Amino acid sequence: MAMLEIDDLTVRYDDTSAVDGVSLRVERGEILAVLGPSGCGKSTLLRAVAGLEPPAAGCVRADGEDLARVPTHRRGFALMFQDGQLFNQKTVAGNVGYPLRIRRRPRAEVRDRVAELLELVGLSAYAERRPDSLSGGERQRVALARALAVEPRLLLLDEPLSALDAALRDRLAGELREILTAAGTTALLVTHDHEEAFAVADRMALMRAGRVVQSGTPADVWAAPVDAEAADFLGYDRVVRGDAAALLLRAAGRSGGGAVALRRSALEVDEHGPLAGRIVAFRSAPELLRLTVAVPGIGEIAAVARQAGVWAEVGAEVSLRVVPDRLAVLSH
Amino acid sequence: MTGSLRRLAGLLGLAGLPVVVLGVFFVLPVSAMISLGIWPHGRFDLEPAWAALQRERTLRVLWFTVWAAGAATVLAVAVGVPTAHALHRLRLPGARVIRAVLMAPFVLPTVVVGVAFDQLLGADGPLAFLGWEGTPWAIIAAMVFFNLAVVVRTVGTAWESLDPRPAQAAAALGATPWQVFRIATWPALRGSVVSAATVVFLFCATAFGVVLVLGGMRHATVETEIYLLTTVLFDLPAAAALCLLQFLVVVLLLAVAQRARRGQVTGQRVLARPRSVRSGDLPAIAVALAGLALVLVPVGSLALRSFRVGDDWSLGNYRHLNAADDPAIPVTVLEALANSLRVAADATWMAVALGLLVALAVTRRSHNRVERRVRGLLDGLFMLPLGVSAVTLGFGFFIALDEPPLDLRDSPLLVPIAQALVALPLVVRILVPVLAGIDDRQRQAAAGLGASPLRRVLTVDLAVVWQPLLAATGFAYAVSLGEFGATSFLARSEHPTLPVLIFRLLGTPGAHHYGTAVAASVVLAAATALVMLAVERLRVPGVGGF
Repeated sequence: MAMLEIDDLTVRYDDTSAVDGVSLRVERGEILAVLGPSGCGKSTLLRAVAGLEPPAAGCVRADGEDLARVPTHRRGFALMFQDGQLFNQKTVAGNVGYPLRIRRRPRAEVRDRVAELLELVGLSAYAERRPDSLSGGERQRVALARALAVEPRLLLLDEPLSALDAALRDRLAGELREILTAAGTTALLVTHDHEEAFAVADRMALMRAGRVVQSGTPADVWAAPVDAEAADFLGYDRVVRGDAAALLLRAAGRSGGGAVALRRSALEVDEHGPLAGRIVAFRSAPELLRLTVAVPGIGEIAAVARQAGVWAEVGAEVSLRVVPDRLAVLSH
Repeated sequence: MTGSLRRLAGLLGLAGLPVVVLGVFFVLPVSAMISLGIWPHGRFDLEPAWAALQRERTLRVLWFTVWAAGAATVLAVAVGVPTAHALHRLRLPGARVIRAVLMAPFVLPTVVVGVAFDQLLGADGPLAFLGWEGTPWAIIAAMVFFNLAVVVRTVGTAWESLDPRPAQAAAALGATPWQVFRIATWPALRGSVVSAATVVFLFCATAFGVVLVLGGMRHATVETEIYLLTTVLFDLPAAAALCLLQFLVVVLLLAVAQRARRGQVTGQRVLARPRSVRSGDLPAIAVALAGLALVLVPVGSLALRSFRVGDDWSLGNYRHLNAADDPAIPVTVLEALANSLRVAADATWMAVALGLLVALAVTRRSHNRVERRVRGLLDGLFMLPLGVSAVTLGFGFFIALDEPPLDLRDSPLLVPIAQALVALPLVVRILVPVLAGIDDRQRQAAAGLGASPLRRVLTVDLAVVWQPLLAATGFAYAVSLGEFGATSFLARSEHPTLPVLIFRLLGTPGAHHYGTAVAASVVLAAATALVMLAVERLRVPGVGGF
């Protein structure tokens, strides 16, 4: 039995459906990321699972039990927001111990568990600090420790890393996954950042306009976006169709046609490459050279040159090869 | 659907007690009062009320109300805005103390202010040479005295949390100080000035105690006229017509104030650091000092006068506080003071408990349009007592709650309940912005961690609101101590509150009664000032601002 089952769930605000017939399952110990642009209904979905938003139709079950009549605080979940929502009047230790204290756990147990959790998130020295004296990343770690305190059967994460800067986000995403898998926590994460979803989740569901349009492991979704919009959202640079698509697939050593989504690094300068084109523009990035190349039959398209010391000049002819795992054939 | 119905039921449950209280002790009395006017002899008839409104005296009263309140509003704004600038934006020595002093009149009982201006401008008073005794100027001066605090508070709070950078940008582009004010400061400030002016006009137009003491029969406002018509002339249709008219105008003005407030920035306040004084600030500082004088002179003069018996300095007036030597005044001042303190304590717990329930109910997050409407409706409903004059309320109590099953005329709770209704909107106004400023996700996070609804209130709301709640408690207590309009109808003659007794002393012949009234006024003023000083120490920004 799946830990969490969402069946045909619909949530309405007045006349609009923010969540429209969504069905999802999360297995025990699994981390599911719901990925979608802002306004797609993913936060509403999360809030409905938490019991903060009454569903208009459908149901949410945990361990087989229908949650319709179970209020938020009795669901045994924990909720973590992108800005932590720590209680500023309490210390760090007070925040982390809060869910334990309201369950009247013995004082010694609370103290030990808080110390253990703070160690887990690497903030042992901060127990007596006030939340407003911490940096954004530190606050998120406190929020995570607080959410994990009572070993919730389901952890709900609302854009947990989105408020942080890029470098910190990358590092914390790895840590978050480690901590969650080490604790065996079942988690539902919503985010608009596909890298966050890739770094943390076991499985992901793509959501758009209140509906789930695709789901699977990150690798599967990544390799075969369901349509052009999904590809765009997953960070693909552009989608080419028709003859141009067929030409590219042939160059990649694959057959077929239809629509092909390309990453910016799908074409690489290679003197033995099957495609030829003329450089239209170029600029240097830290480890490679990014080119715009005009390829007959395809048009202007992004490419990269990786060899150190490659010399580029606008108007120069280059040969290109296609990197097979950097393009995806769309089913629509 | 059952989920949203349950939520709606929860909301109504939270608001249920306050709604019932408001229904029984506000809607019922006021509608009884109004139906007396437009429903005489058991059928709907506007004729007598309409005729009453066209009487020459009524028109005179209406005109006087409008122009006196208008003049007082203009003066209060003219003095208040520069004062707000000087006290909230400049680094002035003692600005905090001056701010506290200016705040004091707002909670001074109306009767005390009436007595203060009466002895100041009266025949033997220090400012008798102005010849203002018994003129509209005395009334207008007292109104400005009262409401200066409202302007300074409201505009000053907005001004000190104004982002100074647009003004600095304008100055860097070459704008003169006046141009800077017009292009950057005024547009950001206008909302608070309009809001303050509306509320000041409202307070002036419904002023009761000061007008009754200073204007007597000659200069009546709508409020004192209602009192006169009901208690002396028993012309109830005319009184009801005036009540109705006043109610409509007041609701209109409250709506205007609400609109003006909408433009204001809420949530996190950025406190600009006060800057040092420049020569261009001197006019504003001079106006602020004049405002300070306007507040200090009547109060100081009242205090001095309380030590005069005839031409001598004496403590005689204070000795009289505990003397019952005139059969016309069967209660001593000290007994009335004790009664006042008791009544105000009852009124305060009622107002604070109800106000907290209302504030919690209207600030919960709405999930759909119906909930949002219900919340908006509740919010407006509990502002209504601001709009209905205390005199209307008092008289409504008098006629509506005198027969079974609601025969409360002899209940010791009648006066506290009326005072609680007067204080209720002020409590709600202090608590609502604080509670609305809490990010609802704090409560959601607590709920997600396993906190029950009650626990969420304790963890999230109470942690933020306890200080404002304390301030609101003090404020409600001060307001109840000085309440005169409703209490004057309801207090039984053997158990008057102190304001009622002071008014009775003023109307009783005998020089020593006047002296006792002055001394009693000082005592009452000191009591309210003590409470407000405690409130001021809590430094809650919203108190007394609108």
